[in-house]
Amino acid sequence: MFLIYCPYCGEEREESEFHAKGQAHLARPADPDNSSDEEWGHYLFFRENPRGIHHELWVHAAGCRKFFNVTRHTVSYEILETYPIGEQPRVTANQMEKPA
Amino acid sequence: MSDAAIFDQQAVADKVTGQSPLHHLSSSHKTEGVVLEEVPSLGYLTLRGDANDEAFRAGVHKALGLELPVQPMTLLQSDTVSIQWLSPDEWMIVCPGARCFEFESALHEQLSGHYAVVNVSGGYTMLTLSGDRALDVLYQSTAYDVHPRHFGTGKAVATTLAKATVFLRRPDDGKWELIVRRSFADYCWRWLVGVC
Ligand SMILES: [Zn+2]
Repeated sequence: MFLIYCPYCGEEREESEFHAKGQAHLARPADPDNSSDEEWGHYLFFRENPRGIHHELWVHAAGCRKFFNVTRHTVSYEILETYPIGEQPRVTANQMEKPA
Repeated sequence: MSDAAIFDQQAVADKVTGQSPLHHLSSSHKTEGVVLEEVPSLGYLTLRGDANDEAFRAGVHKALGLELPVQPMTLLQSDTVSIQWLSPDEWMIVCPGARCFEFESALHEQLSGHYAVVNVSGGYTMLTLSGDRALDVLYQSTAYDVHPRHFGTGKAVATTLAKATVFLRRPDDGKWELIVRRSFADYCWRWLVGVC
């Protein structure tokens, strides 16, 4: 079994209750009418594909149905933290590169 | 007091016949140590609002005579109504079908501002499992940890039952309530009969 901690339910739940929804923390251009095609194109279609730490949006689809963020390692698949929408990650790629 | 337009959705006996989504099957199934039953035609209301708003909580209490459960995965109940926590801003209210409109009206009477009450009675039905082996049936049917050590009385979760979604509730020591979507009721019933 693969368990994921839902920050809204406050407990670990089976992976089959969740869906991954892609990259987290995508900021919508503040002024869409005056944003360039390039800026808008990047917002809609361009995503990070890092080898290592990645911040992702997940949804607890069969549970509380809330969206939340996951920091996941794309090589080991290890989930390093989950945190509610509106919060910033505590585990980041920069931080991981630093010697302990 | 809100001006939401609502009407009584309960089927009236002499005009329209209300039918359970399991009307074509037996309403109870008994085997060694397990009793599976359907509780048809209950009233279901989806409630949404801000749990931090004192007026919202007080309004719900006044309308239903029950506190709003704000702790995750809790179930509060009286003789007639139960409120299940579904998410930080969403709850499922279950009551007798014949009194659903009364509670729906009372909620609209007491609540105001940014909230929602939706009658979803047509969308669900309830199954119950009881008996010494009820737990064994659940172990075979859901990935959720239903061991009494983890799933005490008064707990309620939304999870999966044989890959369908279910609201799994433990209102008292000896009984489990499973609220399933009406379109999955046949599938869930046949799955549980198979496991029993
Ligand atoms: Zn959750």
